[in-house]
Amino acid sequence: MIAAVDDTAQHPCAVRLDGVTKAFGPRRVLDNVSFDVPAGCGFIILGRSGTGKSVTLRHIVRLVTPDRGRVFVGADEISALSGPELSRVRRKIGFLFQNAALFDSISVGENVAFPLRRHTRLADHDVRDRAREKLEAVGLGNEYDKMPAQLSGGMRKRAGLARALALDPPILLVDEPSAGLDPITADEIDGLLLNLKKRGSTTLIVVTHDIASARRLGDTLLMLHEGRIVASGSPEDLTRSSDPLVRSFMSSQHSG
Amino acid sequence: MAGRFFDLAIGLLAAAGDLAIFGLRAAREAFVPPFEFRETVRQIYELGVRSAPLILVSGMAVGVVLSMHTRASLERFGAESMIPAGLAIALVRETGPLTAGLLLSGRIGAGIGAELGAMKVTEQIDALEATAVDSFRYLVVTRVVACVVAVPILTTLMNFSGMLGGFIAETIVTGMSLRMYFNRAFSLIDLTDYVPATLKTMVFGFIIATISAYLGFRTESGTEGVGRASTRAVVFSSVGIIVANVILVRLIFFIFPKAAGG
Repeated sequence: MIAAVDDTAQHPCAVRLDGVTKAFGPRRVLDNVSFDVPAGCGFIILGRSGTGKSVTLRHIVRLVTPDRGRVFVGADEISALSGPELSRVRRKIGFLFQNAALFDSISVGENVAFPLRRHTRLADHDVRDRAREKLEAVGLGNEYDKMPAQLSGGMRKRAGLARALALDPPILLVDEPSAGLDPITADEIDGLLLNLKKRGSTTLIVVTHDIASARRLGDTLLMLHEGRIVASGSPEDLTRSSDPLVRSFMSSQHSG
Repeated sequence: MAGRFFDLAIGLLAAAGDLAIFGLRAAREAFVPPFEFRETVRQIYELGVRSAPLILVSGMAVGVVLSMHTRASLERFGAESMIPAGLAIALVRETGPLTAGLLLSGRIGAGIGAELGAMKVTEQIDALEATAVDSFRYLVVTRVVACVVAVPILTTLMNFSGMLGGFIAETIVTGMSLRMYFNRAFSLIDLTDYVPATLKTMVFGFIIATISAYLGFRTESGTEGVGRASTRAVVFSSVGIIVANVILVRLIFFIFPKAAGG
């Protein structure tokens, strides 16, 4: 471990949203959303496109601030932090963006090395070794010097995962891991996330509308519809739900 | 109709206010640690050193043309010997700084607007924030500092290459030696011509970087938005430079009356 692991791992709740409401212009995207994510669990946020899933995820790392309500990461109210305190809490969180969001002006390896260079005092060769290790863990050990533009969609996502895990964060946020990927590549990404979950040291919060992936990765599923929580519970709970919307969603085969 | 006019006016004022806050924040944070020293040096290279060929070639061409015009004017009064000095004064006081500023608003402004705009729409700026990096400090302050440092140096380069261009034009017509040319060129200019005019380009650098970074940071609507940010960065920073130049020249004349008289 290099950094970041601290009270969040011990705190019973890795993430908590308390009455979060958010509107963009006249459109209310989240409406009084509250939930707890227990430390070490796989927590899946489901829902149709445009129901506020990604906005929920972005609240957790404070890329978006709530109009009303509070967001906690461990014991810290991240929605009220700024400056060095915000930076300290953000270091506990890894974020895999939908399109990986690799920095396209630096190599794949340097993308992974970036958080290490910023937040650790490791020597250059240690940073490179560490970044290479992370890339090897996602099957990209030989791609260190390639530029992001030279990678396929699936490779970019794996590189994004390596970067998100560079600091061994106790919380990993993943936005649509299978979006834009063929089923085999999407399964590979799922496999990587599943391995991470099995190790038990990482709280996994995944936004998806891929039901198969949600069943595999999720201990708890939460379904949003029009900015509100319409169901939450285990995959079995949601499958047995009496709400026709939830049942129809859970029985759909849609992927990605 | 009147409602639309007021909506437009309010929108423009709000954007101007937002830009002013953005610029003041950049100016303030440039003096507050922690400093992004490595990234600033990289930006000085990217924005400054890589602009040098453009400035050298353009400066030389401007020098040749200025020399031809100066000759055409001064020949009528039999004052050909004043050509190097006249050209040097024109270049150092105004033509060099303004031409360099406008050229750089094209190259640097478009570059910053497009780069930051693309980073915005591909969530790279969010990724920086999520990696616990202050994106404003890392992307904006570094570019503003780099421009404030690089533009005066590039302006000096432009003045020099302009004079070299003037020499080439002059030596072809009269066979004047390099030494005599530069002796005559520097005979009428002193530091009050060079220093204020060159220092004002620090303001040009600030305007180019701030406007372009602002437009990049506010980019929306995908790749179309990136193109728009890039175009607007060039247009607004060019206009900003031209307008600021009027105020700065007035200010220089007020502080250094000698610069007004020659």
